[in-house]
Amino acid sequence: MVSVKILGTGCKKCQTLEAKVRELVSSNSVDAVVEKVTDIQEIVGYGIMMTPGLVINEQVKSYGIIPKDEQIINWLKEN
Amino acid sequence: MNYMPNKLNVEKSKLLILLLLLTLWFVLYLNLENLTNFLVYEIVNLSKSAHLTDAVWFFIFEVPKVLLLLILIVFGVGIIRSYFSPERTRKILGGKKLFAGNVLASLLGIVTPFCSCSAIPLFLGFVESGVPLGVTFSFLIAAPMINEVALVLLFGLFGWKTALLYMSTGLFIAMISGYIIGRLKLERYVEPWVYKVKAGHLEMDEDKITFPGRINAGVDAVKDIVSKVWIYIVIGIAVGAGIHGYVPENFMAGLMGKSAWWSVPIAVMLGVPMYSNAAGIIPIVQALLEKGASLGTVLAFMMSVIGLSLPETIILKKVLKLQLIFVFVGVVAVGIIIVGYLFNLIY
Repeated sequence: MVSVKILGTGCKKCQTLEAKVRELVSSNSVDAVVEKVTDIQEIVGYGIMMTPGLVINEQVKSYGIIPKDEQIINWLKEN
Repeated sequence: MNYMPNKLNVEKSKLLILLLLLTLWFVLYLNLENLTNFLVYEIVNLSKSAHLTDAVWFFIFEVPKVLLLLILIVFGVGIIRSYFSPERTRKILGGKKLFAGNVLASLLGIVTPFCSCSAIPLFLGFVESGVPLGVTFSFLIAAPMINEVALVLLFGLFGWKTALLYMSTGLFIAMISGYIIGRLKLERYVEPWVYKVKAGHLEMDEDKITFPGRINAGVDAVKDIVSKVWIYIVIGIAVGAGIHGYVPENFMAGLMGKSAWWSVPIAVMLGVPMYSNAAGIIPIVQALLEKGASLGTVLAFMMSVIGLSLPETIILKKVLKLQLIFVFVGVVAVGIIIVGYLFNLIY
């Protein structure tokens, strides 16, 4: 099972990314738990300085941007 | 097996397309005036020297002009920003002394990607890794205030001098305000938990981005920014065209002209709680300047709207105590007021 975390305090981009990831997870039937992290200390703990951050299996995959769909699917599937 | 050559071809054709687009850009930009003349006088056949013709001409000329400038500059800045991640900026600023650090932070504030929604993680990341408080503030002041959209619009609508003045005085305010905040030793007004945060450290790989990858970053920046701000530009220019010749020339002069000494502080006081992006404020700036408000007053208003905002200070409340927020807003506001007076004196 893949653990997916979206790090963000509630900016517009963060909400977009969360919705997108959830949609991609279900449309590709990936076995994943998607979680939104809003606690600032926890976010900073991942070392990112721009939100939203995308963390897959505790590894930071991207931050500050909304990655392309294919890219996210690749990340989801390589685990 | 064929993968590599194919990929190279794709990259080559990408560069070719880019070159073609750039050429097209210049051809269009340089011939915009002729094209507008042709369109307005020949095709639509409006009579020269009528008020309405002036307004239509202004609109048809300015909208593509400013949009073209915006696309080119945002593209260029997008590429430049792919070289400056916040991590790299933080590394450069870590342990820097006051003043030198403030100068550097203000300059880096222009080229480092920044969004005010990321102000808190950025603040924490900087402070935690040993960037001094005053230097961090220089960055946080310069980053939103001096941005490519504001500069393009000022350049496109009011000329390069205004754009340059805005940039240099904005930098100056960021440097000096950060320096003062650093000098005042206000670390005790940062929420104590901030200094206890354990921030992770990411390995960065922006050196590994290929040049075509940076071109993609530029294209993404254009898509992202232009799709958000074009409507404000059209409105701004429409406002400019609409009042061109219709509202009396000196309508605002008494209220916001040079002779009205109170206009600068009032403009700043009005501007601080207001929040808008750089593009959104341009219609107002356009209208005010056109109608006799003085440049210093209008720039002060613009700086206070873009650089200081209520939402941002509310966000900062999470990491700063109220006293420090007041000092921050106060120092920056005073800086903007001084700049406003300075401009009114010079022009």
